[in-house]
Amino acid sequence: MPSAAAKKLRPKYLSLPAILFQIRLPLPGWISILHRISGALLFFPFAAWLLFMLDASLASEQGFARVREYLHLPLVKAGLLLFIWSYCHHFCAGIRFLFIDLDRGVDLRTARLTSGVVLIAGLALTAFFGARLW
Amino acid sequence: MRRLVVGAHYGLRDWLAQRITALIMAVYSVILVYVFLSGTPLAYDAWRDLFSQGWMRVATLLFAFSLAWHAWVGVRDIIMDYVKLDGLRLALEVLVLLLIALYFGWTVQILWR
Repeated sequence: MPSAAAKKLRPKYLSLPAILFQIRLPLPGWISILHRISGALLFFPFAAWLLFMLDASLASEQGFARVREYLHLPLVKAGLLLFIWSYCHHFCAGIRFLFIDLDRGVDLRTARLTSGVVLIAGLALTAFFGARLW
Repeated sequence: MRRLVVGAHYGLRDWLAQRITALIMAVYSVILVYVFLSGTPLAYDAWRDLFSQGWMRVATLLFAFSLAWHAWVGVRDIIMDYVKLDGLRLALEVLVLLLIALYFGWTVQILWR
């Protein structure tokens, strides 16, 4: 008599809908995938966008003034806010992963707790810098 | 014929490099945030002077170098996880390397204009 586990279809392929709607990621899983998504966003397009602004702002006084005007546009501010969140989340989650590399906070209770801390810290820092920006 | 089954020597090096570069960028970020928050509305002269100082140029170059290596390891990991077709994977990796080179060259050009 085969066991229940043996009857399961293997290998199990993950479809996008399955990832989005079926699989309930635990909180540390969310931190991890958001770390990946924010990292990808920081690499492109945000790095290019920031280099573009750095270039213009350092080129001349007119360029600096143009960037300052540009940063007042609502859509640009929204983009900048997403950049700030990506950076802060990537930063906080990265520090958590560094501690895990050193075997700190690996047990389930602490791992869940630090995940919550990272998620909230990322959002709180975004709110803080966003408030300074607005 | 004897084969070495564990020949991929770059694994540990890249893993370690990703973490060291992360620390370098973290320190630079904190310094830059401090500059942004301590300065009353930033003016052009102060901004230009900041980036014309030797230590800031070196620090920014170190940041750009760290970013290049860190991003290469990270984005390559993402590509290896999700892109199964060899040709497409290679094309994407080349594209990423070109973009990294472009970012680095652009940064050098901005700093030493």
